[in-house]
Amino acid sequence: MSVRLQAEDFDIGMEIEALVGGRTDIGAAVSFTGLVRDMIGDQRILDMTLEHYPAMAQAELERIEIEAQNRWPTLTDSLIIHRYGTLLPGDRIVLVITLSSHRQTTFEAAEFMMDFLKTRAPFWKKETVQNGGSSWVEARDKDDRALARWHKT
Amino acid sequence: MKLVYFAWIRERIGLEEEEAELPDTISTVDDLLRWQQGRGEEYAAAFSEKETIRVALDQFHAEHSDPLNTVKEIAFFPPMTGG
Repeated sequence: MSVRLQAEDFDIGMEIEALVGGRTDIGAAVSFTGLVRDMIGDQRILDMTLEHYPAMAQAELERIEIEAQNRWPTLTDSLIIHRYGTLLPGDRIVLVITLSSHRQTTFEAAEFMMDFLKTRAPFWKKETVQNGGSSWVEARDKDDRALARWHKT
Repeated sequence: MKLVYFAWIRERIGLEEEEAELPDTISTVDDLLRWQQGRGEEYAAAFSEKETIRVALDQFHAEHSDPLNTVKEIAFFPPMTGG
């Protein structure tokens, strides 16, 4: 399990291959990639800046990985990469990879990690729109509801 | 005690971080948020929507009712929007 916070882009294929690391007991690798969109409603986005709380972001993402590992003991390995700094539409923001012997664990654990990341990892987006204004993105109730389903037994 | 600020809270106060001596009367996160509101115009603007503000004690999310105890670093930020 590992977590990386970085300004640079990442290569999805290389990251999956490196995480598998030649192991042959892995039957499934799921990856989720979050990208910067070019439109929010009817406004065109020029760029997006991600601010983060470095020490806590690293620790919180590691705690999310441990929680996923506890919930899915068959989760063989995982990786979270989150970028910070100023990104353009189409740029990759976040990568989550999960590995297991079977696919169900990988799909579920990846979704769980993204839902927790969105509401608990200390990152904040600020968007610049075409008319020149910029504003902080507001948290959405939808993300809280996505998280709530994992609390059901 | 080190206080750190992020996103629009940082912008409204005009500081990324500061050292502060907290009065003895502050025992919970909520007490601290109310104290922040009274530290001047910038702080009043930053902490006006007290209920929406999230607080982390030594890099762990905290509830407004949580005691402060002997933490070293307290962070204030809006709800997260990463991913």
